[in-house]
Amino acid sequence: MDTSIISSYLPLFAEAFILTVKIGWIGIGLSLLLGITDAFILYFRIPILSGIVKAYVELFRNTPLLVQLFFLYYGLPAVGIRISAEVCGAIGLGLLGGSYMTESIRSGLEAVPAIQTESSFALGMNRIQAFVLVIVPQAFSISVPAIIANIIFLLKETSVFSAISLMDLMFTAKDLIGLYYNTTESLFLLVIFYILMLLPVSLAGSYIEKRARFKMFGD
Amino acid sequence: MGFEVLFKGTNMLRLLGGLGAAMKISLISIAISISLGIILGMLMSMKKPVINAISRIYLEIVRIMPQMVLLFIVFFGFTKAMGLNLSAETSSIIVFSFWGTAEMSDLVRSCLISIPPIQYESSAALGLSKLQTYVYVIIPQIGRRLIPLSINLITRMIKTTSLVMMIGIVEVLKVGQQIIEANRKSSPNAAFGVFATVFLLYFLVCWPISTFSRYLEKKWAN
Amino acid sequence: MSEEILKIEHLYKRYDDIPVLEDISLTVKKGETVVIVGPSGCGKSTFLRCINGLEDIQDGHVYLEDALINPASGESVQNRQRIGMVFQSYDLFPHKTVLENVILAPMKVQKRKKEDATEEALALLDRVGLSARKDSYPRQLSGGQKQRVAIVRALMMHPEVLLFDEVTAALDPEMVREVLDVILDLARNNSTMLIVTHEMAFARAIADRVLFLDGGHIIEDTDPGQFFDSPGTDRAKKFLQTFEYESVR
Repeated sequence: MDTSIISSYLPLFAEAFILTVKIGWIGIGLSLLLGITDAFILYFRIPILSGIVKAYVELFRNTPLLVQLFFLYYGLPAVGIRISAEVCGAIGLGLLGGSYMTESIRSGLEAVPAIQTESSFALGMNRIQAFVLVIVPQAFSISVPAIIANIIFLLKETSVFSAISLMDLMFTAKDLIGLYYNTTESLFLLVIFYILMLLPVSLAGSYIEKRARFKMFGD
Repeated sequence: MGFEVLFKGTNMLRLLGGLGAAMKISLISIAISISLGIILGMLMSMKKPVINAISRIYLEIVRIMPQMVLLFIVFFGFTKAMGLNLSAETSSIIVFSFWGTAEMSDLVRSCLISIPPIQYESSAALGLSKLQTYVYVIIPQIGRRLIPLSINLITRMIKTTSLVMMIGIVEVLKVGQQIIEANRKSSPNAAFGVFATVFLLYFLVCWPISTFSRYLEKKWAN
Repeated sequence: MSEEILKIEHLYKRYDDIPVLEDISLTVKKGETVVIVGPSGCGKSTFLRCINGLEDIQDGHVYLEDALINPASGESVQNRQRIGMVFQSYDLFPHKTVLENVILAPMKVQKRKKEDATEEALALLDRVGLSARKDSYPRQLSGGQKQRVAIVRALMMHPEVLLFDEVTAALDPEMVREVLDVILDLARNNSTMLIVTHEMAFARAIADRVLFLDGGHIIEDTDPGQFFDSPGTDRAKKFLQTFEYESVR
């Protein structure tokens, strides 16, 4: 491995890293918004919308991100809908992630025993008070491990962005390998930057998970 | 809308052929992952410090490294570093099996340790032999937890196989691109129809499997 | 003492097509302690849940004084806080401490000040011997302690009627007493209570009136001495015999 090559590649990778992380976290933010909204729609069994949400979740959980991105980025312009690669990456990740987040949040809400709602009612709370004060805090701690797993999954999925010609980490690595054949150095930097992206989340995740569990169960 | 291009000549068949190429890689990787994963998972549940340490590192690598990165390392890196000239197919099977085995072993381990010790003790108290305990008591319980989870892993592996186009394997997306290229003049908006179809094809493969997995999970939940 | 507080008229409850309660009518006076006994599945718990509006009913009315509780309306949700209920499985809120559990509803539903609610909570927790555990989480408490907290949580709302649904059924035997003592204390203070229980000695000690429920009907409605010493029906006799053992020696 040649350290001078590594230091000359470093700025390119750093730039790609920032782009990948940025789009990745925007996508994750979108997926959380979508997941929370959808989970509430399902929990309260809102007619029509529930049906749409169910169909959406099934569709996006059962197809690969790469295929979704191809459809959004190459397919839609053919019928006149054109979006930039960056927006497309964030929306694609958000849609994929939204389907996973919906499931995680919904199952958290449903895991809170019905009697918790009933005992809130017995104390005179209305439906909204019971939901906000009693159900949501418990559901949140139940959902935390799944939400963190989804975030890690989505950050890993950013590695397919290069397919829609986003200049992300994979794109940069492939480009440099193709141009200069410095395979070892390029792959080394690729791995380092993905560790940089995911290890902190993985560690923080385990910590939060432990705390959430400590606060909750243990009967 | 560009769907008409699929009804021209053998285009639809070619697209399905591309899907078949991806499925072949998934199926081989799935078979390897499940077999190796069961063995590794059993080893991990024995709580031997050395095995635990190695498997923790292995699982953590798989947990944080995108399959795409692993694919690059094997396809580009191994060629250079070890002078091995691996085909794209072989590289992808190695990577997906490496990843799938880790996932499978973790499922097996968690199912094994989820069986409460009292199940072993009460079987022993009834006079069942070790073998009988496993055959009649433990394995059926593990199966009911493990099978739905494994089927779910299968759909995840099928979806992941779509990545192989990024290292040049001609699978369904690549065939799609070729069809779009070849018909650029006659069907300028073929991209919509073709990629919508690919989207649907993946859904048609994965959805029944994941629905089946959920059905089993529900049926076997006590 | 003879003022009527709770009035149930011709209550019918079905799950799908299976009748659970049929034509139940009952009037409870202020300060009265009514114990409801009967075999498993006779509808006792469902009866309490209907009184509190937790279950829809197919026919009949439940009134708390003049307020209609069930069939439910927007108004009955308001009035429901006048009825307190304690469940078999305690159902404390696991994400809140003991103190937070008992002051949550007074603060959010009755909009009481935190200091005011806390002061009362501490006094009540002290009365059931748990003021030292105010900052514990539910999972750190024994079953008996949890159930005492659940009773305090219900009392904090100053309910006019208290419903107890087999509150000792999930407890270890040595913890039953500490919970029943709290309820006995409430009876001494003339609380209006409806109690579903399998503790016959307790029932006899606390009841002003015993209801025997079987097959969705009130079979007997009498005073405890009469019910336990010379039950009027064969079904009640049979039921009471299940609590006795014959010597094998």
